[in-house]
Amino acid sequence: MDAKTPASVAGTNIKVDIRDLSFYYGGTKALKNVSLPLYDRQVTAFIGPSGCGKSTLLRILNRIYELYPNQRAEGEVVLDGENILGSRLDTNLLRSRVGMVFQKPTPFPMTIYDNVAFGIRLYERMPRSELDGRIESALQRAALWTEVKDKLKESGLSLSGGQQQRLCIARTVATRPEVILLDEPCSALDPISTAKIEELIDELSAEYTIVIVTHNMQQASRTSDHTAFMYLGELVEFGPTEKIFTAPDKKQTEQYITGRFG
Amino acid sequence: MNATLYFRRKLWNGMFLFLSVLAAGFGLIWLGFILGALVYNGFEAVSPKLFLEMTPPPGEDGGLANAIFGSVMMSVMAVIAGTPLGLFAGTYLAEYGRYTRLAFFVRFVNDILLSAPSIVTGLFIYELVVYNVPGSFAQKICTTILGSACFMGHFSAVAGALSLMVIVIPVVVRTTENMLLLVPNGLREAAAALGAPQSSVIRAVTWRAARAGIVTGVLLAIARISGETAPLLFTALNNQFWSRDLSQPMSSLPVVIFQFAMSPYEDWHRLAWAGALLITATVLTLSIIARVLQPKRSH
Repeated sequence: MDAKTPASVAGTNIKVDIRDLSFYYGGTKALKNVSLPLYDRQVTAFIGPSGCGKSTLLRILNRIYELYPNQRAEGEVVLDGENILGSRLDTNLLRSRVGMVFQKPTPFPMTIYDNVAFGIRLYERMPRSELDGRIESALQRAALWTEVKDKLKESGLSLSGGQQQRLCIARTVATRPEVILLDEPCSALDPISTAKIEELIDELSAEYTIVIVTHNMQQASRTSDHTAFMYLGELVEFGPTEKIFTAPDKKQTEQYITGRFG
Repeated sequence: MNATLYFRRKLWNGMFLFLSVLAAGFGLIWLGFILGALVYNGFEAVSPKLFLEMTPPPGEDGGLANAIFGSVMMSVMAVIAGTPLGLFAGTYLAEYGRYTRLAFFVRFVNDILLSAPSIVTGLFIYELVVYNVPGSFAQKICTTILGSACFMGHFSAVAGALSLMVIVIPVVVRTTENMLLLVPNGLREAAAALGAPQSSVIRAVTWRAARAGIVTGVLLAIARISGETAPLLFTALNNQFWSRDLSQPMSSLPVVIFQFAMSPYEDWHRLAWAGALLITATVLTLSIIARVLQPKRSH
């Protein structure tokens, strides 16, 4: 595991508290009474074999699952003291606080500039010069600025896969969320783009609470402070990444991490 | 491999290929005949006069100017009125109501409308706007508002446009829905994950992603109505003269072709062929543009 700056390791405030959370796809229970904390300005990795519920868990945290019928969550997800599964919450506002980057890069069919501006324009009105600044800083954050600064008016679809994914990260960062959810953000990318994005995660964790779902164990150990190992919809083990990867409590965790199943 | 088996397979393959090519060729030959006859017969009547002069009485010289104008006018009105309706209904089906029972019902009705014979559409508008109306409450309102420009109670260009609109709507609904369904859900999720309300997701992202396909649908709808005769016979009827009055009967290419082709006059026949060539050329052009715009299935 990379050495973290002392400041980021020190933060142990709970940003999101997941309490006794279950999830149903129709009649199928995909998550079984999961409880774990997500620490403020720390990176938490969800690992586990395919179908273990790690993406499902992630998709509850911004209620994106609600776009589809017959999906239902039970339990509590407390963000800064408020249960986000409560019905009175405005989901659009929630999603502006909890950003998400998906497995496949999803640039919108518009210019690079408008891709980043889209999220900002939803919630803020500002003069053009200020917007320009916000967009530049978001693209810089996502380590994409030098590559696109001369072609902001070109389509976001013209970028390479790795650039598209960083554009999506820039887009998410631009709206200044508090939590960033990353759903296997590197699985469609080449090793160089992957390295860039991992670096980025490291930098972003100074300001944002980050959750990353990954199939790549090295990635989990390199990027995260805490790791949750899940299996068949249950949380098997949760703890500091160092401990999970060197001295896990559960035998299942050890077997998965050493590549003996999954 | 077994030699006989191998030979049998090759034989089968050869036969299938032969039959398929034969069937395709059979279809192509007739299409070629139709287009050939159209060009051969229609081309000699094509001249500037066709676009400048009115439909003539038998034995006199003339063109199709009033019919061309009427066709364009009524098609444009039908498309302007029908496209927004079709666009929003298709959007409802693909975005808001995708999984609802109402959408299922609307989709079903739309499919019926899509394949309904156009003569039924014409009859419907005829009953609604032309025939049953004189002295009715609807006509009183119409006359109060529009005065002498009221289009109800008699044949009129507006009635013609309305019946064409009824044909446009289901085509646009269907293509809009299909094109929106081709937009990957990942894009909707990505936009929603930024906190965008559904209306913003639709306006800024999914409509934009499906734009080429939706435009294609509108072009195909225009192609579809440009040859419709039955609904216009009941509604716009025909007009031998140049008329821009939308509340009065208006000429159109298909109806003129119908009337002229049935007549015993040689020069009317020539004009009918020329009109048919014009319509076909228009439809062909629209189809080619639509084909070029058609988005690839893979995203």
